[in-house]
Amino acid sequence: MRSQATGWLLLAPTLLILAVFGVLPFLYVLVVGFTSWNSFALDPTPHFAGVENYRRLVFDDQFLHSIWLTVKFGFWAVLSEVVLGYLLAQLLMRDFPLKGFFRTIHTLPLMVAPIAVGATWRLLTVPGLGPLPYYFDHWFGITLQIGRYPSQAFMTTVLMDVWHWTPLVTLTLLAALSSMPKEPFEQGQIDGASRFQIFWYITLPLLRPAILATVFIRMMDALRIVDEVWMLTGGGPGAATRYIGLYIWRVVFPKTDYGFGSAASLLTLYFTIVVCWLLYAGLMTRRGQDTQD
Amino acid sequence: MRENGRWSQFVFWIAASLVTLFPIYWMFVVSAKSRVELFGAPNFIVTSIFWSNYTDTLTNPSFQLYMMNSLIVATSNALLVTALALLACYALSRYRLVGKENIFFWTITNRMAPPAVFLLPLFLLFTRAFAIGDWKLYDTRTGLILLYCVFNLPFAIWTLRGIVEGIPKELDEAAFVDGANTWQVLTKVILPLARPGLAVTAILTWVFAWNEYLFAATLTSVHARTITTGLAEFVTVTGTNWGQMAATATLTLLPALLLVGLAQRHIVHGLTFGAVKG
Repeated sequence: MRSQATGWLLLAPTLLILAVFGVLPFLYVLVVGFTSWNSFALDPTPHFAGVENYRRLVFDDQFLHSIWLTVKFGFWAVLSEVVLGYLLAQLLMRDFPLKGFFRTIHTLPLMVAPIAVGATWRLLTVPGLGPLPYYFDHWFGITLQIGRYPSQAFMTTVLMDVWHWTPLVTLTLLAALSSMPKEPFEQGQIDGASRFQIFWYITLPLLRPAILATVFIRMMDALRIVDEVWMLTGGGPGAATRYIGLYIWRVVFPKTDYGFGSAASLLTLYFTIVVCWLLYAGLMTRRGQDTQD
Repeated sequence: MRENGRWSQFVFWIAASLVTLFPIYWMFVVSAKSRVELFGAPNFIVTSIFWSNYTDTLTNPSFQLYMMNSLIVATSNALLVTALALLACYALSRYRLVGKENIFFWTITNRMAPPAVFLLPLFLLFTRAFAIGDWKLYDTRTGLILLYCVFNLPFAIWTLRGIVEGIPKELDEAAFVDGANTWQVLTKVILPLARPGLAVTAILTWVFAWNEYLFAATLTSVHARTITTGLAEFVTVTGTNWGQMAATATLTLLPALLLVGLAQRHIVHGLTFGAVKG
């Protein structure tokens, strides 16, 4: 009745699709990364080239610059989102009028298409149309031109990411806060702990698994950002916001340098895994040390 | 004192909501004004809607094609993904399969890879390998529908697994005793009981497919372009027609506005892979 064969049959379509569109491209990119293959070249057929592509990549300033920018972007975006998200989650723990309504509004950016997020922020920041450059100029005398100043472009992409993804952090931390036991807090208050002490010695350790998971997931997403930034700045000005996804997409792709592009793709995947792993290991170690105290 | 705290919170959240809504509202304002009205200092009040931005967009044949493509791709993908995920979850929950926990974990990892990494191999496969005679998977809706399974299936399997496991095994045992086959158990017992979960899964996967841009932009050229690629084209091609771009963007994010209520509980569970209880 419950034969293994039936079980595998039910699972087969899922495994097949994931194998063809998930695993096969991975194996393919692995192989192409070791070839010299450019469809615009005189000889448009792939040739085995060993690690030549990787050698070129490691010395490619643009690639290294993109990686550095991506890390910087991920750091500032995720840090701001976790701090802001935590504060908002704490506020949502208390009771106030129309709480459910406000929470729903706060969730809205999560569902918006990334490309539309980029479009809305472009409309906000285009000089001569957007309200942000207008009021920055009129109130503070600051010229806001993200098409011209690299640091402004960078900060705007971070802000846009914070606008888009803080709600996810708020909701995850809110869920974690709501499921925390009440006793340690009551005990802490009875023992006369200050608000900071309660936060530092009770809330934070209890919340750490949730924070860890949230940081991990947000970082993974932040490292692969493309759509929003492409729509907002196109990776510019210059290469100021050309994060790694945009590098692969816009620098490698139109050149049809398939071998080099494959090597860049694989190194990016490797880099993403390493960053996430380091982050995970780092946060886990701190946790281990604290439990020893 | 407590009463004061409640109202100051209320005021704070009004301000926070304005910050959240402001970019979307401004997009709507731009979409509702003509070029002349947009000139000069920003004006946030919409007295009358300048419909041309919307009618020009909606009557544009290529926009109509993009819209149709998006609807077909997102709907087909959502239905396919939900159906396959239900079968997979049933298999994972009711059968003793060798290494099923590993299979489950591997399925989930498919969602974590950066999409940009797979652009080049997928482009090469779609244009060269997945072709029969003159027909290629490149620039077809079928290609996008199948490809979107790679990130939507893991999400759907993750969301549905708990729901299928929550349905008591005794129910399908009883049906088997009554002589039902596996297909009948799935359609007559599991499907009705899992319906709310299936609906949520289908809706959220629909939104993810609708929102996708990077693959649609790379793996299509003319016939299978979607609304998100159409929106991006405004920047590179027309560039300055902000009103129409805003109108297109408004139409693109309409599903988000309609479905936001669903997002809270379910999207958090799905996006964090249950690392945090939603």
